[in-house]
Amino acid sequence: MGGLEKKKYERGSATNYITRNRARKKLQLSLPDFRRLCILKGIYPHEPKHKKKVNKGSTAARTFYLLKDIKFLLHEPIVNKFREYKVFVRKLRKAYGKSEWSTVDRLKDNKPSYKLDHIVKERYPTFVDALRDLDDALSMCFLFSTFPRSGKCHVQTIQLCRRLAVEFLNYVIVSRSLRKVFLSIKGIYYQAEVLGQPVTWITPYAFAHDHPTDVDYRVMATFTEFYTTLLGFVNFRLYQSLNLLYPPKIDGQADVELKPAEGKEYAMDSESYLEKLSALSASLARAVAPTHEDEVEMDEFPVEGETAEQLDARKKEQEALEKHKKLFEGLRFFLNREVPREPLAFIIRCFGGQVSWDKSLCIGATYDVSDPSITHQIVDRPRVERQVVGRYYLQPQWVFDSVNAKLCLPVADYFPGVLLPPHLSPFVTEQEGDYVPPEKLKLLAMQRGENPDEESEEEEEEEEEEEEEDDNDKEEEEEDESEKEEEMKLKKLEEQKTQSSKALPVKVTAGKVRLEDKQRLEQEQQSEEKRLAIMMMKKREKYLYKKIMFGKKRKVREANKLAAKRKAHDTAVKEEKKKSKKAR
Amino acid sequence: LQDIRNTVGNIPMEWYQDFPHIGYNLDGKKIYKPIRNKDELDMFLEKMENPDYWRTVQDKMTGADIKLTDEQVDLVHRLQKGQFGDVHFDPYEPAVDFFTHEVMIHPVTNRPADKRSFIPSLIEKEKVSKLVHAIKMGWIKPRKPKDDTPTYYDLWAHEDPNSILGRHKMHVPAPKMKLPGHEESYNPPPEYLLSEEEKLAWEQQEPAERKLNFVPQQYQCLRAVPAYSRFIHERFERCLDLYLCPRQRKMRVNVDPEDLIPKLPKPRDLQPFPTTQALVYRGHTSLVRCLSVSPSGQWLVSGSDDCTVRFWEVCTARCMKTLPVGGVVKSVAWNPNATICLVAICVEQSVLLVNPCLGDKLLYGATDQLLESYVAPEEERVQPVQWVTATMEEHSKGVRLVVQHSKAVKQVTWHGKGDYFASVVSDNSNMQVLIHQTSKRWSQNPFRKSKGLVQCVLFHPIRPYFFVATQRYVRVYNLLKQELTKKLMTNCKWVSSMAIHPGGDNIICGSYDSKLAWFDLDLSTRPYQLLRHHKKALRSVAFHKHYPLFASGSDDGTVIVCHGMVYNDLLQNPLLVPVKVLKGHVLTLDLGVLDVLFHPTQPWVFSSGADGTVRLYT
Repeated sequence: MGGLEKKKYERGSATNYITRNRARKKLQLSLPDFRRLCILKGIYPHEPKHKKKVNKGSTAARTFYLLKDIKFLLHEPIVNKFREYKVFVRKLRKAYGKSEWSTVDRLKDNKPSYKLDHIVKERYPTFVDALRDLDDALSMCFLFSTFPRSGKCHVQTIQLCRRLAVEFLNYVIVSRSLRKVFLSIKGIYYQAEVLGQPVTWITPYAFAHDHPTDVDYRVMATFTEFYTTLLGFVNFRLYQSLNLLYPPKIDGQADVELKPAEGKEYAMDSESYLEKLSALSASLARAVAPTHEDEVEMDEFPVEGETAEQLDARKKEQEALEKHKKLFEGLRFFLNREVPREPLAFIIRCFGGQVSWDKSLCIGATYDVSDPSITHQIVDRPRVERQVVGRYYLQPQWVFDSVNAKLCLPVADYFPGVLLPPHLSPFVTEQEGDYVPPEKLKLLAMQRGENPDEESEEEEEEEEEEEEEDDNDKEEEEEDESEKEEEMKLKKLEEQKTQSSKALPVKVTAGKVRLEDKQRLEQEQQSEEKRLAIMMMKKREKYLYKKIMFGKKRKVREANKLAAKRKAHDTAVKEEKKKSKKAR
Repeated sequence: LQDIRNTVGNIPMEWYQDFPHIGYNLDGKKIYKPIRNKDELDMFLEKMENPDYWRTVQDKMTGADIKLTDEQVDLVHRLQKGQFGDVHFDPYEPAVDFFTHEVMIHPVTNRPADKRSFIPSLIEKEKVSKLVHAIKMGWIKPRKPKDDTPTYYDLWAHEDPNSILGRHKMHVPAPKMKLPGHEESYNPPPEYLLSEEEKLAWEQQEPAERKLNFVPQQYQCLRAVPAYSRFIHERFERCLDLYLCPRQRKMRVNVDPEDLIPKLPKPRDLQPFPTTQALVYRGHTSLVRCLSVSPSGQWLVSGSDDCTVRFWEVCTARCMKTLPVGGVVKSVAWNPNATICLVAICVEQSVLLVNPCLGDKLLYGATDQLLESYVAPEEERVQPVQWVTATMEEHSKGVRLVVQHSKAVKQVTWHGKGDYFASVVSDNSNMQVLIHQTSKRWSQNPFRKSKGLVQCVLFHPIRPYFFVATQRYVRVYNLLKQELTKKLMTNCKWVSSMAIHPGGDNIICGSYDSKLAWFDLDLSTRPYQLLRHHKKALRSVAFHKHYPLFASGSDDGTVIVCHGMVYNDLLQNPLLVPVKVLKGHVLTLDLGVLDVLFHPTQPWVFSSGADGTVRLYT
């Protein structure tokens, strides 16, 4: 005994954390300023392991930051700028109050401003880091660029967002790095592979927003402030990597083409620049003229420990990728005015296609509807009155589905007015045991080069014939079959489970009934053994085991549910078909 | 014409709304409102008939109708067109240069310049000096030079690995947003659409609990897809997540569940053990609470709530004898001494010692003789119980002795030698446990103090130890030294039963909180292993005399037989493996198996249940 009394909460985890309020006081910032700082610097709260210890015995809900983080914030030059700005606003208000207009002007001239360059560099020390975090930045910029130029945020921000977004789109077009697109009910998802990093972003459909009132636009604006800086630097670097000029310049000859032929000035050059750029139809000027020698075949450096098979697979993958990039090469598209121009133009250009639209729709149209060389016309209306021979009239989903399938899909399913096949998400990769919708199976078969269409149709016809003969019997049979199938499935699952651990070679010789019995007995015995062994598990392991098994079972259940739903739907559709046939 | 000018001035005329007059004329007389008794119809007729209706206006000041003259109408028209009211005004008169815009050599006026234009202004000087002072003091700063560095440049031109600080290694990057699945498509496969019930369930869920934050929807074509109303919300929520959510690295357990299952020896290798139900002993009409088997293994005795005790032949399931005892039988115990044929039966407040008269006549005759050869001691000793010899009627049924207690007896158990037996009385005092000696008809109360409610007691098979199980502890007493040797913590809430390994070093305790605790007496006073095999309360546990088996019966209607190997080597811990779950008893009144018991020689197990049967598993 002896020595000084140890005080509580003066060592250990209590000293590593700081509550938000105390952090704020330490930084001498107001709450909005603190929030802004945290957003800009990317500081997030931490959850201490022992909350009560850190909270000095209290169990009140508090937000904790790492003390180290807050100390790191103390040295941030931006904090001083915040304070300066506060003073500036105070002075300005005073000058306004006294109607000292010259002072107001003078103050406004010296308005304190800050740059976020160093923060971007600090948060993303390497370029790859920045690319990894680009998802949110892009989505945000695309959202802000659709805002109306009134109210919610500064017009400059909106314009900047639009510019950066368009620049990025142009980069993706030039680099041909788009991989996946998806029409969801929320908006359009795009996934591009930029320097090996997948970058996913979502754009809303082009409608006016009804701005919600329960959203704090200041928070969003702060995020956008940072994201625009980040995106600008990323764009610069990306353009540089492709030898393109930044800010982008439209290629000289294309520029001439773009000018309206009648000599009527569309707008001032400076104004029309962004619009021309956002038309996405012109190629960009390069800093160094492109030479075709650039595309040298890459030498192969086999990685150590890689077998020839792997090498082959990699090579094949590379080839597939190259093919995918040139998906629409040589095709000429025309977009009708009712289809969303920007996404479609972007996608088509990304895969090497040529695209045009009505001249009155947007600047940058390169050819007319009547152009005979058009191969595909994208239409989104129930029927087309006057069809030109020699081109396909297709619904926009064809473009999206083709990109996702990595091949030009058969056009018959996508004619105007036709009931479209389901649009599947390209982001789902089914693992074993997951439910795979039949359309996906079909698609996979098509990608492998098989043609499952004909067979299935024939089968269907046969089935229909049969069905007409004996309707009721068949249904019953089907039910029986489905039950049997389910049983078989269950059995198989059980077998897999039991065999995966033991891997017993179960032999079945034909013609002997008793053997099967034996097999079953054995199975039963094994399952009982397993049950008994589970009884002897430790409590913690048992809990974990049960949790894992529960998850697995739930997955199977969900997959089964989807499959059952699909089956019910298919039978309903078939019935309807038959009825309509009979009615005829 | 009469001058009806109103003198009230420029006031809101509503003030006169409720009066019959509308103001006062120059003489100070009231001007009355013109009588207006036109209704809608009159108005309409007038509108139709009066050709001047369109140019009639009401004078607000006098309330009279005035017909506008042609000039006035013209004026109104002009004003409506935005022209000047005056017809004759020409707004486009040619401009006249009164003074030429060219600078002439002669001034317009010849007035000499002011003096103040020659001397410096005092006011200006004051102002300038103020400004100079402010500049000197640093209050006014010069305008900042315009920043002409480009906004964007190659920020990562010099990536140096040193700039990656410890912070970056500690940094937890925000997880990316979940990528959309098929159900988010504008035209998903039909199975992903929600049915009516699912939609209803979705709506009733809390927004935070929903698995999908949207309802999947199908649109026929792209042009039918509306804007997503929660787009901004979702972006905002993502922003909030980014700066408000604590981030943590979570280690995902990536184990194969099969690896978690312990590798136990296969039950097949641990045979023999009972596997199938062989016999059912039917006859009791109520729950069978207790069982006991004769040391030879030929006879079985069972006591039931229907106030009878039945004797069965084990191999044939034949009821040899039924003994009505006039009370609920709580416990039966066959004397373990093979030379004595005696069964102790607990009925209410007494313990009956019964000679079942089964088997070898010599044997049971000898037992009777042994009992009769008792000679009462000369001096009467004070005993906690009364030993009463059975009446003739009872004697004919087989009852030999009655040990009458003061309270109801719960349990009776024999010592291995067969002379002593202990009984447990449901009481709170120190009289709960009594030890009796049959040959001397002598009972004693071993404990001076009550240590809680005694659940059951047990004699050590070899050594002079005595086990007393209270609700949560098992106390081990040395009978010779008359002291407490050990106190075992069961880690259970309420012990129901207890059994001892024939070796005497291991004990199992069943409890009502469905646990079975295995104690190694040499190891520790805490359970070596707690087995939670049953789903419901354990009623009874039993060890086999020779085979390494133990069984537990529970309210869930099952008997679980486990292999419990005890090694002679002290270093090796006992091996416990469940080998068989035996089912058969029907649940009645939420009770399943009430007692389990092993056959003394065979690997068979008896169980008695609440359904009034006794079952034998072999």
